[in-house]
Amino acid sequence: MTSAISIRDMLVSYDGFPALDHVSLDVGVGESFGIVGESGSGKSTLLRAVSGLTAFSQGTLTVNGRSYSGRRRDKDFYQTVQMVFQDPYGSLHPRQTVDRLLLEPLVIHGFDNIEARITRALDEVGLGSGFRFRYSHQLSGGQRQRIAIARALILEPKILLLDEPTSALDASIQAEILNLLEQARRDRNLTFVMVSHDLGVISHMCERLAVMKTGKVVETMPVEALEKREFSADYTRQLLVASEGFRRG
Amino acid sequence: MTGSPSPLLTVEDLRVTFPTRTGEVNAVRGVSFTLGKERLGIVGESGSGKSQTGRAIMGLTPGHAKITARKLAFGDRDLLAMPKTERRALRGKRIAMILQDPKYSLNPVSTIGRQIVETLKTHEKVSSAEAKSRALAMLEAVQIRDPERVFGLYPHEVSGGMGQRAMIAMMLICGPELLIADEPTSALDVTVQLEVLSILDKLVAERGMGLIFISHDLRLVSSFCDRVIVMYVGKIVEELPSANLADAQHPYTRGLLNCLPTIGSDRHPLPVLDRKREWAL
Repeated sequence: MTSAISIRDMLVSYDGFPALDHVSLDVGVGESFGIVGESGSGKSTLLRAVSGLTAFSQGTLTVNGRSYSGRRRDKDFYQTVQMVFQDPYGSLHPRQTVDRLLLEPLVIHGFDNIEARITRALDEVGLGSGFRFRYSHQLSGGQRQRIAIARALILEPKILLLDEPTSALDASIQAEILNLLEQARRDRNLTFVMVSHDLGVISHMCERLAVMKTGKVVETMPVEALEKREFSADYTRQLLVASEGFRRG
Repeated sequence: MTGSPSPLLTVEDLRVTFPTRTGEVNAVRGVSFTLGKERLGIVGESGSGKSQTGRAIMGLTPGHAKITARKLAFGDRDLLAMPKTERRALRGKRIAMILQDPKYSLNPVSTIGRQIVETLKTHEKVSSAEAKSRALAMLEAVQIRDPERVFGLYPHEVSGGMGQRAMIAMMLICGPELLIADEPTSALDVTVQLEVLSILDKLVAERGMGLIFISHDLRLVSSFCDRVIVMYVGKIVEELPSANLADAQHPYTRGLLNCLPTIGSDRHPLPVLDRKREWAL
């Protein structure tokens, strides 16, 4: 298996506190990889360190055969890797129209055929051209997340980093967004790295997953092992029990 | 469960309307139910009016909104007709509400202990020493291991789960008869959610109060409550006992149940809600 993302001994620390404590992971090309854990486990920090939003001080990161360090990333990197964030209310510029939001990455990366690309991007996420000149406050949460996905996909990346893409949405909207992501992945042979606290979502979307706790990877396993309860870490069992809901007694 | 002469809470044709620049927004459009000493769940998506229903009962609706109801009674007292001072005396004492996120709903510049004591002293004539000892006992009841220490901490110094327990302690200290819990665990980590729920469950059972549990999570509500009301755009579309959730009739309820991804089920793509216009009528 060739690796799309390969992380070795990555260390991120904030004022001496290790948010990521020597993490090593491999994500194969075309794979959908899930990361679960509770808040503070470092799952979001991992994505931010990969995307260069947070610097890592030790370890190596290889993406599509090229190695990166610290937080410097070049244009090529961002044409390969794009990210969708958790909060659709906070991740779109409030004073830019949808058109402008989608235009900006195209201009930065010097794409041609801009008009057609924007129309196609909106169609692909199930929003018609009627949404093109709206502001983000005129959209619902689910529609905003669709725009955020369109913005990520418009650069035709190979790898998509998804940081809790549906946890701010209603369950019914979540299903729509998950279906949209799966469709996009099929159509474009994307590699997914998806972070979530919801084991149900991860087991639906991913083939392999890593369980994180206090900045470390506790366990990496295929999703089938989760269904068959074949895991070794006690923490994984706790998460699984929690995901099954409340039981009296 | 409504056999008793006067139920704990009677809601008949409750409507909450917000005037806006573009006309009136009807957040709640004719909700009716009665509640005894039982656990009632209200489920719906965002915008379904579930929280506004809870807030209207509690009397926390913003001032510019219009509330009407054929009847909104707590026991045999009309909540809408009573003067503000009486409503205030009721609130916190006999009706209490747990809000979603302890980060935003606790007072950031006052210690947890002081906030609990404040609730108690507002409603009961007690000495400071007694108030403190009761607050400590209450913190112990919500399974905070070191109540003395937590008593003196500010909300930002505790974790989300701890903050939510402190909120439960604050709301239950006056021994309310009706507790409204508005998404009490949605802001918490999955592993902490169960702990907080079991504490809430135990206290509600021990102290015998009515509970309205508001949540977007149909499965959670059905495992926690005796009866479930499902709301859609301001109206009740279905009411059923939790045990019979599998026999839900309304397509909206069934859609909500169906659209969740679960471990071990292989459904690609996930079924999505096909919203029918007539549901919102």
